[in-house]
Amino acid sequence: MGESKSEPSVSVNGLVKIFGRRVKRSLKFLRDGKTKDEIQKMTGATVGVYDASFDIYPEETFIVMGLSGSGKSTLVRCVIRLIEPTAGTIILNGQDVTKMGERELMALRRKDVGMVFQHFALFPHRTVLDNVAYGLEIQGISKRERYTKAEEYLEQVGLGGWGHYRPKALSGGMQQRVGLARALIQDPAILLMDEPFSALDPLIRKDMQDELVDMQRKMRKSILFITHDLDEALRLGDRIAIMNEGQVVQIGTPKEIVTEPVNDYVAEFVQNVDRFDFLTAKDAIGPNIPLLRQDQPVADAWKAIEDSQSPYLVQTDGDNRLVGITYSHDVKAALQNGPVNLDQLPVHESEVASPNILASDLLPRMSANYQPIVLLDDSRRIVGVVDASSLVASLVDSSDED
Amino acid sequence: MIFSILPDFLIEYPSQWIIPLSSWIEDATDIIIERGDLLWSLMASVLRFTLGEANAILSILPWSFMIVIFVIIGTLIGGRSLGIGTGLGLLLIAALGMWDLAMITLALVLVAAFLSIVIGIPLGILMSRYESLNQIIRPVLDLMQTLPSFVYLIPVVMIFSIGRIPALLATFIYSVPPTIRLTNLGIRQVPEDVLEAGLSLGSSRLQLLTKIQLPLALPTIMAGVNQTVMMALAMVVIASMIGAGGLGVEVLRGVGQLDVGRGFVGGICIVILAIIIDRLTQEAVTPPE
Repeated sequence: MGESKSEPSVSVNGLVKIFGRRVKRSLKFLRDGKTKDEIQKMTGATVGVYDASFDIYPEETFIVMGLSGSGKSTLVRCVIRLIEPTAGTIILNGQDVTKMGERELMALRRKDVGMVFQHFALFPHRTVLDNVAYGLEIQGISKRERYTKAEEYLEQVGLGGWGHYRPKALSGGMQQRVGLARALIQDPAILLMDEPFSALDPLIRKDMQDELVDMQRKMRKSILFITHDLDEALRLGDRIAIMNEGQVVQIGTPKEIVTEPVNDYVAEFVQNVDRFDFLTAKDAIGPNIPLLRQDQPVADAWKAIEDSQSPYLVQTDGDNRLVGITYSHDVKAALQNGPVNLDQLPVHESEVASPNILASDLLPRMSANYQPIVLLDDSRRIVGVVDASSLVASLVDSSDED
Repeated sequence: MIFSILPDFLIEYPSQWIIPLSSWIEDATDIIIERGDLLWSLMASVLRFTLGEANAILSILPWSFMIVIFVIIGTLIGGRSLGIGTGLGLLLIAALGMWDLAMITLALVLVAAFLSIVIGIPLGILMSRYESLNQIIRPVLDLMQTLPSFVYLIPVVMIFSIGRIPALLATFIYSVPPTIRLTNLGIRQVPEDVLEAGLSLGSSRLQLLTKIQLPLALPTIMAGVNQTVMMALAMVVIASMIGAGGLGVEVLRGVGQLDVGRGFVGGICIVILAIIIDRLTQEAVTPPE
């Protein structure tokens, strides 16, 4: 997430959308802290989105995930005002969309933003090529130029030569590629994708997800991606916003969402996710494995071992580099021999690993003899120590605490 | 009697309470006729000209040439079988001695259909865009379709007197609703996300209309036009009561003089025309696969 210093491409602040009548009164009730259901009863208005705020940074894939009715589709439509927001600001590439007149809005949609739809929303009366070329056609670009460019983009989504077909003749996956090419032809910096793969077969969906990841590596767009599918969100997202009842409940990286859900709603969502897919070795560091310098006296070491109940300690040099492992029974024996320093005790070699590998990769190495694994950073300094109990503890961590 | 306890006015509706709607309408009609004099005469001349041209075009060529032209049109639109069918139908009309009358009727129907398209499609488009207009026009259309046509024949005749122009107007009033309704419906039926896709790419309202809404609504609109033409044909007999001429006159005379044969011949020719026009307009809509 090194890019968080730059200006966001999309900045949504306090976005509210209320459908129906008596919008102003409903908005006031909302601000007074009434719930969606209470407002529905009092005014008959439906709150679609309430107080959504988030930033999307350049080249970031930002996922908005929620179940149907959570307001996610309304949210993405508000961004380019296909639905007029009730309150809040939306800044795209530094321009406030909510203050735009019709002409400015048209210009914005023509050059800054592209959108892909759940059911493809292709123009059935136009050929595939004319679908893709539409964005250029309405800008008055000549037939030859727009067709050349449309061919190019069709090629890019793997549909070269399909230009003269009608959309209906294509499979779902192919139709969505056309939708993607159509959105990309104006070369927008921001891409809005409203559940683009939800209508596809699971296998095709996975292919398309992989392809999007590949394309994004080259395209480097800011993507606002809507989905109800947690796996998809975790797979594609740099960051994820979870929506419930029109509100953004949590924003975080996939790992944060899975390992640190902010409330029961999110926790329930992610409960079936394999935490091992997101935990790194760093997350499994045990809190109670004593680290001692080799020039420290055995008495100190014994105290540390008694405090932590650990069967061993890790010896380091003066520069926090690994020396080795010493077992508690050796410490105990040495204690009776009078005051000596740790460096005179037997030292065993230890397994080492990078703190950034997946925690699950530590498991097979650990099971052999229950030895601890020492995590070393790039300059071979100790980051922490993982042992069997800390590894297991990291797995059953917060999500099951109620 | 139990009712005898009621006051008189609850038993028999007092005549002074009757709303004088009929005299109001008469007054209003008078005013409309007087004030709108210039407008009406202008309208009449435009219609007379259009109808005259249509008549002239249809009658300038001899029957044999016309049949050949129709066969060609039929073949182009719907293939060989439609061409042959069209030719046989028209030949039968000629063989029954009704050719000239049929051409007069055809001119009336075509001009009424033309007016319906020119006025009905834009009106339908406006109705699809402005819900308030939709709410106002819809009951008017219901009225136009259900009001017995004799009711508006009278004021139309009062304004334009007897002749082809009032007949044309009456035909237009009766037959325009389907075109308006189905244009409105067709545009409203364009899927929401397709519209959103058009908007998201930066279409203007006009581009959205001409490049997405109208092309997608076209089959529905043409179904409306087809119905309009059919309804115009259904008005032929009534229109001939106020001077439309054509095949309707034959039917009317057949009825008036109890001449069953004459009535039938006129009727059969109207049916033949109806079938031909229906097939031609329907085929024109169905896109080739």
